[in-house]
Amino acid sequence: MLVSLQLLAVSPDIARTAHAFPSRAAHWVSHVGLRFSSLIFDQPAGSIFAPQATPARSIFSLSLLVLGICTVIFLIVAGLLLFTLIRYRHRRGYTQREPAQIYGSTQIELSWTVIPILIVVVLFLATARVIFVTQTAAKPSNALDVVVIGHQYWWEYRYPKLGVVTANELHIPISDTKQPRPTYLTMLSADTDHSFWVPRLAGKMDLIPNKVNTMWIDPEKPGLYLGQCAQYCGVQHAKMLIRVYAQSPADFEAWIKQQQLTAAQDVNVAHGRAVFEGNACANCHTISGTTAHGAFGPNLSHLASRDTIASGAVPNNAQNLRAFIDDPAHFKPGVLMPAMHLTDHDLDAVTQYLLTLH
Amino acid sequence: MATQTQVIVNPARQRGWLDHVQDWVTTVDHKKIGLMYIGYALIFLVIAGFEAILMRIQLLVPNNHFVSPQDFNRLFTMHGTTMVFFVGMPILFGFGNYLVPLMIGARDMAFPRLNAFSFWVSAFGGLLLYFSYFAGSGLYGAGTAPDVGWFAYAPLTARVFSPGHSTDYWTLSIFISGIGSIGTALNIVATTLCMRCPGMKLSRMPLLVWLYLVTSGLVFVTISPLTAAQIMLCIDRYLGGHFFDTQAGGSAVLWMHFFWIFGHPEVYVLVLPAFAFANEIIPVFSRKAIFGYPAMVAASVGIGFVSLSVWAHHMFTVGMGPGPNAFFTFSTMVISVPTGIKIFNWLATLWGGNIHLTTPMKFAIGFLFQFLIAGLTGIMLSVSPFDWQLGNSYFVVAHFHYVLVGAILFMIFAAFYYWYPKMTGRMLSDKLGSWHFWLFLIGFHLTFDFMHIPGLEGMPRRIYTYEADRGWTLLNQIVSSGAVFQAIATLIFVWNMVVSYFKGEKAGPDPWDAWTLEWSTSSPPPSYNFATLPVVESRRPLWDRKHPEEPDAQYE
Repeated sequence: MLVSLQLLAVSPDIARTAHAFPSRAAHWVSHVGLRFSSLIFDQPAGSIFAPQATPARSIFSLSLLVLGICTVIFLIVAGLLLFTLIRYRHRRGYTQREPAQIYGSTQIELSWTVIPILIVVVLFLATARVIFVTQTAAKPSNALDVVVIGHQYWWEYRYPKLGVVTANELHIPISDTKQPRPTYLTMLSADTDHSFWVPRLAGKMDLIPNKVNTMWIDPEKPGLYLGQCAQYCGVQHAKMLIRVYAQSPADFEAWIKQQQLTAAQDVNVAHGRAVFEGNACANCHTISGTTAHGAFGPNLSHLASRDTIASGAVPNNAQNLRAFIDDPAHFKPGVLMPAMHLTDHDLDAVTQYLLTLH
Repeated sequence: MATQTQVIVNPARQRGWLDHVQDWVTTVDHKKIGLMYIGYALIFLVIAGFEAILMRIQLLVPNNHFVSPQDFNRLFTMHGTTMVFFVGMPILFGFGNYLVPLMIGARDMAFPRLNAFSFWVSAFGGLLLYFSYFAGSGLYGAGTAPDVGWFAYAPLTARVFSPGHSTDYWTLSIFISGIGSIGTALNIVATTLCMRCPGMKLSRMPLLVWLYLVTSGLVFVTISPLTAAQIMLCIDRYLGGHFFDTQAGGSAVLWMHFFWIFGHPEVYVLVLPAFAFANEIIPVFSRKAIFGYPAMVAASVGIGFVSLSVWAHHMFTVGMGPGPNAFFTFSTMVISVPTGIKIFNWLATLWGGNIHLTTPMKFAIGFLFQFLIAGLTGIMLSVSPFDWQLGNSYFVVAHFHYVLVGAILFMIFAAFYYWYPKMTGRMLSDKLGSWHFWLFLIGFHLTFDFMHIPGLEGMPRRIYTYEADRGWTLLNQIVSSGAVFQAIATLIFVWNMVVSYFKGEKAGPDPWDAWTLEWSTSSPPPSYNFATLPVVESRRPLWDRKHPEEPDAQYE
């Protein structure tokens, strides 16, 4: 039942055309189908059945084949089971002492051994093709390189050829079918295992300490693609959210230019900067052009250009930023950043300073 | 036979409760040990079920504060560890202990004292795990119960990420229960190979016994790497080893290989006994011999061997490269062939039969239906690119609960309804059993059917909370609501067992008109099982006795 509902859900067009049928049953079926498809599709996080990049799309096509085969097997076997139960259940008028005893049949058993073997071979060949196409795709020379480093409860993104380091919000260019420009991600971990999963772009890939993994994505449409860490990594595994911003080439270039600038230096917030540099903040965070060179926490050089803080946990605004600096565990219990116990005055000052870092 | 029992116990002496305790603590009788295994597993089933309910309450609404993230992580670690090691294994070993000697016409297991030792060691392992709630913080004040997940991936278990002693309790309790598991497996293998009654060739052995033989063989092979890995982890944590300590150049992937070469065959260690129960229950209530006995044996042994070559399908997202991904895709798909043979043979057993929908049969039919779906979602997961999306999501959680609850637990319930009369001499109430079945079936499907969908929408497992804008809320609420039905159904089941023990209908030796040897002795069987050892000439000795004009031996 579930499998068939999923199939209904992945084909909303079919469900919609069913409205044309006059019968109430068809209407009801289409209604349920629409409800289920809305459960799956109308979400910004997006489902694996709404792919927006080549890796996710090739998985999607393969999954339709697999779902199709499985649905057929399910209908046949479940149908047989149901029929057998109805046809051969005990009835009151049953006069025989025992039914005829049948001990087996080599021919029949051979048939339900050979047919599954054939199905397995077909499925395996289709699968092997997608494995090799995805994992051994030749890397175009214009591909963008990004190093993704998983940390306990946040993501570090480094653009080695562009000299940009940022955190938690990955910006990449869209890839045209005429002029493909995929983004190649090199996956590393600074501490425990993590997994990078943005369902609409690609399958997940783990980030494992002492191991270098790679994956690639090539979103076609500009937009925000959501995902999150998919390998249990510690207390705040749940709030290690992923935001991928796919941008038009022009927007992406503009973003890169902005990120390459040295962090803003505004005399109006000099006190806030002094608080930042004079406290332990500087031990873990980097802000370019200052004495803060820490590497344990996210690079904050352009913090104000981000939409969210705390790895996507809350929107980036003065109120949330101040609350997070005051007590990081308020939004993310178990976060590794300690509460700095700043005075209200210093807290306001450092918040104001961070808000200038566009 | 009953009079002989009277002779052994001196009726003149009043027996106090301490005598009963002493009886049970010092017993080496396979039936009493089996019952203790089962009782112990049932207690842990209730505890781990309660943990599941706490998690489902936490996931009712996004950003819930019902439990802290730390507590949630402990809950899923303890739920998984308990269900696999202290519910699944002991309850299946319990039935095996009870049934294997009876079904092969033996008077006890091959090594009764080893049997008692294995039970008490395993039981101690479970207590040690839960003792961590009191002692896990040690001198560090960090963490109580383990919170590393039931497969405890390195390097989360390294001391730097898991200070305190909670991870040590996890390691040691699994290590210790593993000793018990190996002891019992050894015992079952020795018993089936050496203690069969006259006439019972291997080719006449009941399928249940065959499956327990395969299961025990798998336990041998798989518990060893697990135990080795636990020792290596202890060396890492206390003797400065660096097997899994990535900060010092160790390998996180090595742990995954060690764990899953245990972990995947472990699934078959748990599911083969469920197949075993189905092999006994489905024929009896279809009133037909099992269809294709040799194929069933071959399929079981085949599954046992192939299951040793599929472990890395748990690691498709680890970055293994296309070659290994393709290999483990293929080996995993291959296992669906013998599994399919089993399903078709059960269907063929039902076909043409005279199907009595008693409570054990209802659960067995539920098992067939749900195992079919679990197998199909298993095929989806074996397709490694599909797994890159589905792996570690709620789809996987739904898939393996379909196996563990929909197939294994359903079959365990069936086994309770089927063999409870043998164990206690009283029938379980059919009416309560019906309520139990239907409520549990509704609850199961509400929970685990709908649990697949958030996985397809990007919800990973093991998150203590989720974002409100992802559209997972309603689905999680449906999933949680099913837990209520399952909890009520389980309470009905427990109530049924208690009430029927005192007031149930008297069962007699053979209430189901069945065909295997355990039904030829009284219910409950005397401590020596059989006054005279039975002699068998076919796979269904009681069929031969009931149908002397048409014995099985003519057709096998």
